[in-house]
Amino acid sequence: MIELDVNGRTHQVTADPDTPLLYVLRDDLELNGAKFGCGLGQCGACTVLVDGIATLSCVTPILLLAGRQITTVEALGTAAKPGPLQRAFVEEQAAQCGYCTAGMMMRAQALLQQNLFASEEEIRAHMEPNLCRCGTHFRILRAIRRAAKIMLGEHSAGQSRAEPSPPLESNTDITRRPAHSERRERPER
Amino acid sequence: MIASSGTVVSRRAVLRGTGALIVSCSLGPAITAAVIGRQQTANQAALPGDLAQYPLLDSWLRIAADGKVTAFTGKAELGQGIRTALLQVIAEELLVPLDRVTLITADTALTPNEGYTSGSHSMQDSGTALRNAAAQVREILLAEAANRLQQPIAQLQVEDGAVVAPDGTRLTYGNLVADQLLHVRAQPTSKLRNPAAFKIMGQSTQRVDIPAKVCGDQAYMQDMRLPGMLHARVVRPPGYGANLLKLDTAAVEKMPGVVKVLRDKNFLAVVAHREYQAVKAMRALAALAQWAQTASLPQAAALHATLLAMKSEDETILDTRSGGTRATHSATYTRPYLAHGSIGPSCAIAQWSQDQLTLWSSTQGVFPNRAAIAELLRLDPQQVRCIQVEGSGCYGHNGADDASADAALIAKAIPDHPIRLQWMREQEHAWEPYGPAMIAKVRASLDESGHIDTWDYGVWSNTHSTRPGPAGALLAAREIAAGYPPPEPRPIPQPEGGGDRNAIPLYEVRNAHVVHHFLPQMPLRVSALRSLGAYLNVIAIEGFMDELAELVAADPVDFRLKHLNDPRAVAVIKAAAEDFQWASRPKRSPGQGHGVGFARYKNLAAYCAVIMEVTVDHETGRTRVVRAVAAVDTGQVVNPNGVVNQIQGSILQSMSWTLFEGVTFDTQRITSVDWASYPILRFSSVPATLSVRLLDAPGAPFLGCGEAGQGPAAAALVNAVANATGRRIRDLPLTPGRVKAAIGV
Amino acid sequence: MKARTRSALIWLAGTLTPLMGFVVYAWRPAIAPLEANAPGQFAQAAINRGAQLAALGNCATCHTAYGGAMYSGGRKLATAFGNIYSTNITPEAQTGIGKWSLEAFQRAMRQGVDREGRHLYPAFPYDHFTLVTDADNAALYAFLMTRKPVRARTPENELSFPLNVRMVIAGWKLLFLHTGPYDNAATQDVTWNRGAYLVNGLAHCGGCHTPRNDFGAENSQRFSGADAEGWHAFAIDSRAHTHEAWTADSLYAYLRHGWQEQHGDAYGPMASVVQNLAVATDEDLRAISIYMASRIDGQPAPAAAAARPPEPPQSEDTGAQVYAATCQNCHDGSRPLPFGGVRLTLSTAVTGESATNLINIILHGLNPAEVSTGAMMPGFGHTLTDAQLESLVSYIRSAQASRPAWADVDTTVRAARSRDHD
Repeated sequence: MIELDVNGRTHQVTADPDTPLLYVLRDDLELNGAKFGCGLGQCGACTVLVDGIATLSCVTPILLLAGRQITTVEALGTAAKPGPLQRAFVEEQAAQCGYCTAGMMMRAQALLQQNLFASEEEIRAHMEPNLCRCGTHFRILRAIRRAAKIMLGEHSAGQSRAEPSPPLESNTDITRRPAHSERRERPER
Repeated sequence: MIASSGTVVSRRAVLRGTGALIVSCSLGPAITAAVIGRQQTANQAALPGDLAQYPLLDSWLRIAADGKVTAFTGKAELGQGIRTALLQVIAEELLVPLDRVTLITADTALTPNEGYTSGSHSMQDSGTALRNAAAQVREILLAEAANRLQQPIAQLQVEDGAVVAPDGTRLTYGNLVADQLLHVRAQPTSKLRNPAAFKIMGQSTQRVDIPAKVCGDQAYMQDMRLPGMLHARVVRPPGYGANLLKLDTAAVEKMPGVVKVLRDKNFLAVVAHREYQAVKAMRALAALAQWAQTASLPQAAALHATLLAMKSEDETILDTRSGGTRATHSATYTRPYLAHGSIGPSCAIAQWSQDQLTLWSSTQGVFPNRAAIAELLRLDPQQVRCIQVEGSGCYGHNGADDASADAALIAKAIPDHPIRLQWMREQEHAWEPYGPAMIAKVRASLDESGHIDTWDYGVWSNTHSTRPGPAGALLAAREIAAGYPPPEPRPIPQPEGGGDRNAIPLYEVRNAHVVHHFLPQMPLRVSALRSLGAYLNVIAIEGFMDELAELVAADPVDFRLKHLNDPRAVAVIKAAAEDFQWASRPKRSPGQGHGVGFARYKNLAAYCAVIMEVTVDHETGRTRVVRAVAAVDTGQVVNPNGVVNQIQGSILQSMSWTLFEGVTFDTQRITSVDWASYPILRFSSVPATLSVRLLDAPGAPFLGCGEAGQGPAAAALVNAVANATGRRIRDLPLTPGRVKAAIGV
Repeated sequence: MKARTRSALIWLAGTLTPLMGFVVYAWRPAIAPLEANAPGQFAQAAINRGAQLAALGNCATCHTAYGGAMYSGGRKLATAFGNIYSTNITPEAQTGIGKWSLEAFQRAMRQGVDREGRHLYPAFPYDHFTLVTDADNAALYAFLMTRKPVRARTPENELSFPLNVRMVIAGWKLLFLHTGPYDNAATQDVTWNRGAYLVNGLAHCGGCHTPRNDFGAENSQRFSGADAEGWHAFAIDSRAHTHEAWTADSLYAYLRHGWQEQHGDAYGPMASVVQNLAVATDEDLRAISIYMASRIDGQPAPAAAAARPPEPPQSEDTGAQVYAATCQNCHDGSRPLPFGGVRLTLSTAVTGESATNLINIILHGLNPAEVSTGAMMPGFGHTLTDAQLESLVSYIRSAQASRPAWADVDTTVRAARSRDHD
């Protein structure tokens, strides 16, 4: 029996001590955020925080985690009440399949907890260990920058709301042709 | 639903049985036949989209008494945003809020059979069907309201899921719908809403699936937990066709938590109560297994020569020759095998209970997968239900179907338990079917005015689809004793094409001759990878257009425009050039280059032009994309933000393929088995800006865009590198070593 | 003259004379600046050869700052005497060597003196480069002079008095610089001699692998192992502590590919060495391998090879538990080489004379050079406490190395933790 502190709550876990944290989070605690991507510490889909530092849960056996504070994406907020990072990812629509997203967010959270003024180079270098196969990197970087702004706004204003979300069109440039008049359409096959 | 008698009772059987109230043209048995299968009659061929296969409106839409709408699609959410886009389409035509619609996707028990979610067909086939069905349902409800209120339809308004009379009387859809009101056959034409009045279609809408994904709610195949679920792992052979010699499983069977070890000839699996117990047992089983390896793979260094020497089935897909000058310029472009590399290895759940098999799978085609697995297990397809659950991005035919077959075999051996089968990273990398290696040879000549006068193009490729299909397409079928041989590969016919997808240039070229050299023999396992043959064909055609432009000292953009008559093609190229500020780019800047790539996917779907600026480090040969600009015409845009997301992703993924990737193998086995041995693009390679302009065409048909960026982005990159270095490199990937070798010291 | 004045004068004469003699000895003239090299002056063959030689000399690694343009200098080298910054060796006129003639370049290589006559700190290993032949220097010059000129001013060195007075280096040279050329060993063949010339010259392997005395000069125990840049450069002489003996073939494979299945991967500073060697010729690498194999030859017979990896122990040993839970899956599994997790019984990081490298790797992991295939391992610095790390390292040494335990694992761990690695 191993005691683990996950998202501020203590859990008694019956898994073997050599079980990687990832399986305990997903199977014993039924937390979906951290994902199995490789089990080899190569892709970052399993990223969580241990004492505030981004850690690969697929290669970290729970016997090393007694007395450590483990944080997963579930601690950042809920769909009903999303936290700043989650809001930023939703507002930027920074996901395609989204499988890498929770890991990306925890890696970013580790940076933002240390430094809300990270430069573009610092953000990119910090995120390098995490892979995205769909090619959402560009939006992920935007979301992290956005989250930093939200967190700064909250920090300075002491409010729980920050700037309203800009229209989703902001990174979309749409040229519209004159609309066709309404007609009974027989679409091309 | 599973009736107590043990047979799967399909929704269609219920509909047949009730002798449904069919309001409009009663074609009776013909409709019944159409409901069961995919036969078309002459009348049904006129129906838009996949309505032609499933002409009854309530195959697609049902409205409950509380006004909630349930929609059905045979397509699947793969992370491309199709769920939200289809919801927008339905909500728009039905005039209901988005959150009042539930979309049931890809389930053999519940939804139409729309084949595979592939080929960028979802909006064209399912979107069109749902749009028209929703419009027709709206009109039926209006007519019903008019009837009840004894008012002319023209006096009635439709808003927020209700019909409103001039005096304010509201009849909600829930009130109006009764019994079999929607159990009617669709009409060939629909009163579609005017794009100028769109409330939600054509608006950037937040995807409905993203909140769950960023908050850790259940969202994926991999998140499913069912009562009594057991964890399974397979042990795959060390290489294709290896035979298991000795294996004493006794020690593994005694390992903690192990429920069962299965061996069926070369199929090996282990099941345990806890997931990590299964992983450890798998490792132990793998260490004990001894195999005789039989595979004989080509010499990697001679891959393309090996492919060119294979027997080919040649098909001329274009021949407009009537003279023309002899071709003066030629080039050969090649690409390696490319892996899907899904970030989450394939996962499936199967349960065998009371002679019924339920499969949860991230397959792209629940109906074909169901048929293949039924055949594999020697079951009636009616005994098998296949439900699609989203996995990680698949980008085509990855290991998902095979994993579900593995799960099914295991489930059959351990009845009444959901069996969760998870592939390991190395298994996904080594056993998924790759995008095939290809060769393209092109020759052309120009007339005095600099117009292409002769065009000769040949492409060599394996098939780009080995999807189930038949049971023999599944990996497990080759391993079990009562197995099936892999089916004979077939080319996908034009106009879609496989290896010859986009082999016919959209450009106006005279005396054109295009041949598809189909190679049936497959040294490595191959199938569909996003954009299929279009990736290499667009690179070759676009690269060669640049080479020809250089011969006549023409600007690459002008040269293309000179050869295009299609106004939409011209528009996207001009838009991209304008956004990129192509005209004012520095012309001779060593180590810096610019390149353009354009294609209309399949010459049928979305138009896409990409322009890139790159730098190439002279000392290392390392290419960096500084910025990229894209312009896309995808017909009527449903979710602009969603399209941009897909195109940006397509560009970055294509950059990764083009700069870094290639499956590696020795003569016995695949050697690129993880991210260390098959590196892909990381944050350090992402350009500073990546802008996408959409050329919306309101009211125009939907054109699929999911694959539209792969070829143009890669072509832009290849051309930009050539421009930066002054060297034309035609063999992919453009690794630093390859570029450096071309540059020299 | 008063006696006091006379003794003062004698004292003055006694110190000034040798001092002036030293200054006369130490002073070097400036060599006239070159206006420009004529375009097309250098034969392509010479430039190509220069590229291969620069690879062997590993010039790019020292002369390129992290994230900087190649050869433009600015990389900080932390020495026992303070921080020295590498110079800009691109052919830029103001901040690089654009005005250096071949003569000036050769003097720098042979004698450690720059164009203006200033002594160069032996962080630039001219004590090795002094062996380089005229022809090779000419090729190197052709290569460097045809690189892209980069304007980049070299930062000031951070050395305290009197080391910041360059002239004192002349004293160092008096004691420790034995100028070339390389003398062929008559009893050895052409290839061996070529290897010796390269290893002791351009490749300057002893620069890391030979211990240094208090003056920072290499001592006579050539290739007997030394610490460098926070890592340990293992003994590659007859004291080499490996499970399997290095042979010319295995050394060649290691240098060519960056890994060797019976020895492990090239990591730390060796990773960039091997990366640069990608453009070196097979002949040169084979010559180097043959020479080094002869130096390594004569080591004691390796410990008997274990037929299987050791069984996970049942003991309560923390190190054993951590190993079984964390390391075993990759390192004792059946994942294929080269990147599947090297068998630790074979790795020099485990069998070698210092625990530093093993500790560094466990703390920080391994990353391949940017988006290329290569060994990849996660770091465990954040998840292991010092106590767990010490226990793990000691366990690995005892269970996998069949060699005496390392002394001072705890201090080595603390030293590793305190270093900042790139």
